[in-house]
Amino acid sequence: MTTDNRFSQELREERDEQQTGTLSEVITGPVSDWATDFSHADPEWAADPFPIQDDLRQRCPVAHTERFGGAWLPTRYDDVASIAHDTERFSSRAIVISNFRPPLDLAPVGGTPPISSDPPFHHDARKLLLPAFTKTAIGRYEESTREYCNSLIDAFDTSDGRGVVDAAQDYAKYIPMRVIGDMLGLPQQDTALFAEFVEAVLGTVDLPPEERGERLRPLFDYLYDQVREHVDNPRDDLTTHLINAELYGQKLGPEHVVGTIVLLLIAGIDTTWSAIGASLWHLAGNRADRERLAASPNALPTAMEEFLRAYAPVTMARLVKQDMHFGDVDMKAEDWILLSFPAANRDPAHFDQADQVVIDREVNRHAAFGLGIHRCLGSHLARMELRVALEVWLSRIPEFTLADPSAVTWSTGQIRGPRTLPLRIS
Amino acid sequence: MKVQIDSDRCQGHGRCYDLAPELFGADDEGYGQVLGDGVVPAGQEQGARLAAANCPESAVIILEET
Repeated sequence: MTTDNRFSQELREERDEQQTGTLSEVITGPVSDWATDFSHADPEWAADPFPIQDDLRQRCPVAHTERFGGAWLPTRYDDVASIAHDTERFSSRAIVISNFRPPLDLAPVGGTPPISSDPPFHHDARKLLLPAFTKTAIGRYEESTREYCNSLIDAFDTSDGRGVVDAAQDYAKYIPMRVIGDMLGLPQQDTALFAEFVEAVLGTVDLPPEERGERLRPLFDYLYDQVREHVDNPRDDLTTHLINAELYGQKLGPEHVVGTIVLLLIAGIDTTWSAIGASLWHLAGNRADRERLAASPNALPTAMEEFLRAYAPVTMARLVKQDMHFGDVDMKAEDWILLSFPAANRDPAHFDQADQVVIDREVNRHAAFGLGIHRCLGSHLARMELRVALEVWLSRIPEFTLADPSAVTWSTGQIRGPRTLPLRIS
Repeated sequence: MKVQIDSDRCQGHGRCYDLAPELFGADDEGYGQVLGDGVVPAGQEQGARLAAANCPESAVIILEET
């Protein structure tokens, strides 16, 4: 039997030296005009992006910025949908906007397949993962998720007599970290590390590549260690599944295996953390909705879809493949597209009372999990986690309010959700 | 009434089998499937309409009886 040395440190260092790509001029500072100088890294956008999006939708509707080396922001549902479905003209080679564009020859695989992949490779890489993320497969994790949510609430410390907990940091954050860690077969005592990894991936997009590489090193060191440990001790989890998986008659390359693990670990954490947090934030500030759902758990599945529509946490990105016209604008090759599913979900041309949260909204064709071939692979996992997290919270803590509305903070960038959420629970 | 799924459009969002599990199921990769011959039994028309109205890809098709 030959040893599997795909994941050796020597081979990894050789590959790291070959990294190339292009860097654009870093433009920072306050936004002068949202139509011509937008920035989703701006604090005004983080605090409340919806009035900005509503304004742009009426007067643009595709905004532009010279920041990040050039980027476009469509705000109408139809434009977002048409770009999401158009994989011929828009590439997923990179899906987080920064001043760094990875080399063109990274397509069609990308750094974190299949989210970073284009057809036809995308289809084959995604097919390896789909069976593990069906609603039925995810159902196996529901009971352990419920127990874990209960254990988090059991551990709430209100001994100072104020009766306040941080629902973002002490509840919402841990649920997706624990579940995806279990699915990947990572040690449960490492759960808290994952939050640092998410910050390293998503909080460093404006750093120069070398500095960013340094910040990402602990994540890759950790995952290569875990993969090598799984090579030695195979078991029934997603990491072993990827190590053994084959495409076109060959085992996957080491960068594919580790890149996909990075995707599975990172993509499900702050997204679902955001969805749970935003839902609790809404309920803390809306007594009628909170009382309704606490009294009628059967209303939760419909209400949950409305939270996903109105507070969609995820915005993706694309790169324009070639110079082209899109509606009234001329896009250039390598321009970014900020693909805002949140903006699409608030388009009044597509939703009645688009700016209102209507928890009984029965017809809700929202795009929170994306559209087209890149539909969120983990959408069934996210929905299970969100539903269980809210069911457990509402049954254990039916009455809660915002302890200090001005103390709530929201993340900046492409994933939006509360990062500090002090709730008074008694 | 009869339901169909346009498999070229379906991306496995699963809204149909969430909302009308008596009419739709999932295949091994999570794509939607019509259960049986797609004829909607009396009393289940509302489930069929909800599935069609909520599909993000508009892949659920309803054929009303003529």
